[in-house]
Amino acid sequence: MNQRPLSPHLGVYKFMYTMSLSILHRITGLVASAGFLLFVWWLMALAAGPAAYATAMGALASPFAKLLLVGFTFSFIYHFCNGIRHLVWDTGRGLERKQARRSGAFVVVAALLLSLVTIWFACRAFGVAS
Amino acid sequence: MSLRTPLSKVIGRGSAGDGVGHWWIQRVTSVALLPLTAWFVISLLRQPLQSYDAMRGWLGQPWVAVLTILLVFTLAWHSKLGVQVVVEDYVHGKGAKTTLLLLSTFVHIGAAVAGIFAILALALS
Repeated sequence: MNQRPLSPHLGVYKFMYTMSLSILHRITGLVASAGFLLFVWWLMALAAGPAAYATAMGALASPFAKLLLVGFTFSFIYHFCNGIRHLVWDTGRGLERKQARRSGAFVVVAALLLSLVTIWFACRAFGVAS
Repeated sequence: MSLRTPLSKVIGRGSAGDGVGHWWIQRVTSVALLPLTAWFVISLLRQPLQSYDAMRGWLGQPWVAVLTILLVFTLAWHSKLGVQVVVEDYVHGKGAKTTLLLLSTFVHIGAAVAGIFAILALALS
């Protein structure tokens, strides 16, 4: 039983960048799940009152937390864009090799641009001088 | 020749015992999350995040509260399904797999209840 080749057996394929986009969808999904827990923690801090909220916002202002927030932002936006790509695939469209490579490149560029725009607006909303 | 019994064909649930339910709900929640998350991020970033009063006033509005509750609920569901797929694909030990799946289920349900409670507490007080 354990000797059978079990899917996913990735070693047999030549590496294509669309493969890293595929695994990136899972990784960013997991990171977004962690981001969901952070979001709930933030909501609970808001519900707990002004002091708790101030503490939470203080914690989010540390350089490490900011880096984390940038990571969450990109992860979420990449997962959002690539998720649309997956939904289009589910309708049976865009599955040709060329189309899948082109949509992959489009998703990466779109995710990077949207992340930059979101981070810019987030800095303003946080009151960080930009 | 098929090795499947006539009964399993009629029930149509495959070897995992729940058919395409998991796959389908993941798609349904993802479609719902596209407008919900886009709305939330755009609205949130227009608020002064440092002001407790402003944030409380914003989140306490009836429609903002309702949409944010829907967002928390749908996010938790989608995330639970996604984490489940990842665990099932990469964790092969039976004990470790069951433990992680249980833990993920509990954390997701706990987070969903906490998030929805927080919004209700803000909106109804």
